[in-house]
Amino acid sequence: MRFMSKIVILLSSLFFAASAYADSIWNMPAGVTPISREVYNLHMACFYVCCVIAAIVFSVLIFSLIKYRKSKGAKAAHFHEHLSVEIAWTVVPLLILVALAIPATIVLKQIHNTDESQLTIKVTGYQWKWKYEYLDQGISYFSNLASTQKQINGDMPKNPWFLLEVDNPLVVPVNTKVKILVTSDDVVHDWWVPSLGVKQDAIPGFINENWFLITRVGTYRGQCGELCGVNHAFMPIVVKAVSQNEFNQWLSMHRTVGYRNNTHTIARAKAAIKKVTKKGVESL
Amino acid sequence: MSEAIHHAHHSGAHDDHHHGPEKGFKRWLFTTNHKDIGTLYLVFSLIMLFVAGFMALLIRIELFEPGKVLLSPETFNQMTTMHGLIMVFGVIMPALAGFANWLIPMMIGAPDMALPRLNNWSFWLLPFAFSMLLSTLFMSGPSPDFGWTFYAPLSTTYGPQSTDFFIFSIHMMGASSILASLNIVVTIFNMRAPGMHFMKMPLFVWAWLSTGFLLLAVMPVLAGCVTMMLMDRHFHTSFFNAAGGGDPVLFQHVFWFFGHPEVYILILPGFGIISEVIPAFSRKKLFGYAAMVYATAGIAIVGFVVWMHHMFTTGAPYFAQLYFMYATMLVAVPTGIKVFNWLATIFKGSITFETPMLFALGFLVMFTIGGLSGVMLSLVPADYQYRGSYFVVAHFHYVLVTGSLFTIFAGVYYWLPKWTGRMYSETLGQFHFWLSVIGMNLTFFPMHFLGLAGMPRRIPDYAIQFTDFNQIATIGAFIFAIGQLFFLYVVIQACRHKGKRVVEDKVWEGAHGLEWTLPTPVPYHTFETAPVVH
Repeated sequence: MRFMSKIVILLSSLFFAASAYADSIWNMPAGVTPISREVYNLHMACFYVCCVIAAIVFSVLIFSLIKYRKSKGAKAAHFHEHLSVEIAWTVVPLLILVALAIPATIVLKQIHNTDESQLTIKVTGYQWKWKYEYLDQGISYFSNLASTQKQINGDMPKNPWFLLEVDNPLVVPVNTKVKILVTSDDVVHDWWVPSLGVKQDAIPGFINENWFLITRVGTYRGQCGELCGVNHAFMPIVVKAVSQNEFNQWLSMHRTVGYRNNTHTIARAKAAIKKVTKKGVESL
Repeated sequence: MSEAIHHAHHSGAHDDHHHGPEKGFKRWLFTTNHKDIGTLYLVFSLIMLFVAGFMALLIRIELFEPGKVLLSPETFNQMTTMHGLIMVFGVIMPALAGFANWLIPMMIGAPDMALPRLNNWSFWLLPFAFSMLLSTLFMSGPSPDFGWTFYAPLSTTYGPQSTDFFIFSIHMMGASSILASLNIVVTIFNMRAPGMHFMKMPLFVWAWLSTGFLLLAVMPVLAGCVTMMLMDRHFHTSFFNAAGGGDPVLFQHVFWFFGHPEVYILILPGFGIISEVIPAFSRKKLFGYAAMVYATAGIAIVGFVVWMHHMFTTGAPYFAQLYFMYATMLVAVPTGIKVFNWLATIFKGSITFETPMLFALGFLVMFTIGGLSGVMLSLVPADYQYRGSYFVVAHFHYVLVTGSLFTIFAGVYYWLPKWTGRMYSETLGQFHFWLSVIGMNLTFFPMHFLGLAGMPRRIPDYAIQFTDFNQIATIGAFIFAIGQLFFLYVVIQACRHKGKRVVEDKVWEGAHGLEWTLPTPVPYHTFETAPVVH
């Protein structure tokens, strides 16, 4: 019964998936950047075209299978060529493809235009975490999976964002063109956030560019999109889009915290050195 | 040249003619008979289908719920890698080579393949190659765990020690495929019966001719690829190592230059089988034979120049992406022609629904779905979202499970009665078909949604919102697996000479072609005197 109701809910949500649900479990998110919305429209346009083609092909097939059954006394016709029909089903698909290629070409050009970005972040993939460096702000930190091994093993209840939560998300201001420079320290990774319409391979020895401009405050989640070893499933991406003010606050806070962390580290290092020296003295 | 081969073969086969096949294992080990070798390929493929299928079930069990269910992430990666490698190289390719061996000589009126001893060797390389590959599962370190695409540097600098076994088994599989395809191409060129012009050849033969050239062109590239890996791993070269001035993207170019034609290698012979089955059960000549031939060759040629559509997110320049997008979209045209031609063959036919036809129709419907999602994937901006997600997994299982596996099933049900003289049980065949169709769709259709909603492929564990569809997929996988047990039973029954006897030369009312002029079951040696084709 529960299963049936689930199916009913799934089916009914299909009809609204296209518009009503921002984060549908059925469909690509329309997302929160101009590019992601363009990509979504392209995806839906192509999907509808495919549906129409499938509907035509399958109706002819079903019609033939019902009408021309031998058991209903159907006699096979003898034709096996028809030039004009053959030309038609060569040319018409070609035209449909051209019609799809034009918007795809235009959107692709926009994706490649990383000019006039207002913030540049270097994204480095590691086995198995991400490092974010705000090149002009001098901030850099790692972003690790926050779900615990206990949750993975089932010894602890899972959070709603199980495997899609990190300790330090990437924080960016809204309505700002953010350029990302993506590379890797070891194997090929892939930085993918569906709601931003961005997927960019992180390849050692290469720096790939991409960009996004988030128009809505919120938290957007993604995952590594290229098999990168044992913990490929465990290096999610969380992007927090905040207002410019909040971002400025975050920047200054992060600097202080970073400084405090630094002093803390220095203090710890000093203590360690003392200990070692003490030990050394003792052993002497 | 063709004359020489003819005569040489005739005198060589003379002795066998009197006392038939040898008894016991020697028959299979030393055989040069194309039918025996075809059987070996098909049996090998069937065993591997269950091995790789078992791995797929393990994968699906692990993905039944979020969190760890059965496999550690390490084992999971090994299973996905092995499942892919075995299904591609151990199931689909050998099965299609088995059909080629059985059918091409009988379809073109030749007594055997052109190079029978080479034929024996090309098969017998395979069991050794796969023993070596599977032996890595029992070694102390991890077996290959980098996916069937084995991207560097995950497979080179970061690869487990067993990678070397993987490299050499790929070399052996490659050698096997090159020799087999060489043999097929030479046979088709030189061994055709008088009057069997190129444009009279059955489409299955045409499909294999195109496939043969594809294999000859790209298997050496794969061999080069794994050799460079071997050099990087042990001889201090840096083909793919950025730290040494190498280029990890080069790996992907080389791999996909092999890998994309490879998908047509897996599909074209299947197209050939369907082009035999659909006309037979529609009792109507194949629509647009010439167009089908040109479309096959067209797909093969265009298949060479689209490889970079697997690499759109690697940071390819704008114009490279545009070219590969347009070229990829172009593949849809000849593929569309094929689908429309099959449809036109069915249209106004006189249709019956025996198991081979059911599988052919299942192919037609689901391959169309897979082909259409392929068109979606070709659009670069949308591909950014699809790439590396379950959408891709759904897409290529739609084209491979139905395009290759279903066509192989259709072919087995279609020709097995001819080969063995026993008719399979129609009831069991239909059970097999319906369980396969239902299982296949339950497994792979929800994967479209998973991918679009953002689930990456090759992950052993996933976020909670992906649970429902994954559970449906796992249930589907088990339904599919149960269906294959029916298939196993049907095949074993036919091979044990159980079941209804078939005596007519033309097993199927609507069948056409030279193979149906031979007695049923097909004798050990056929067309020792070439037939004349009018």
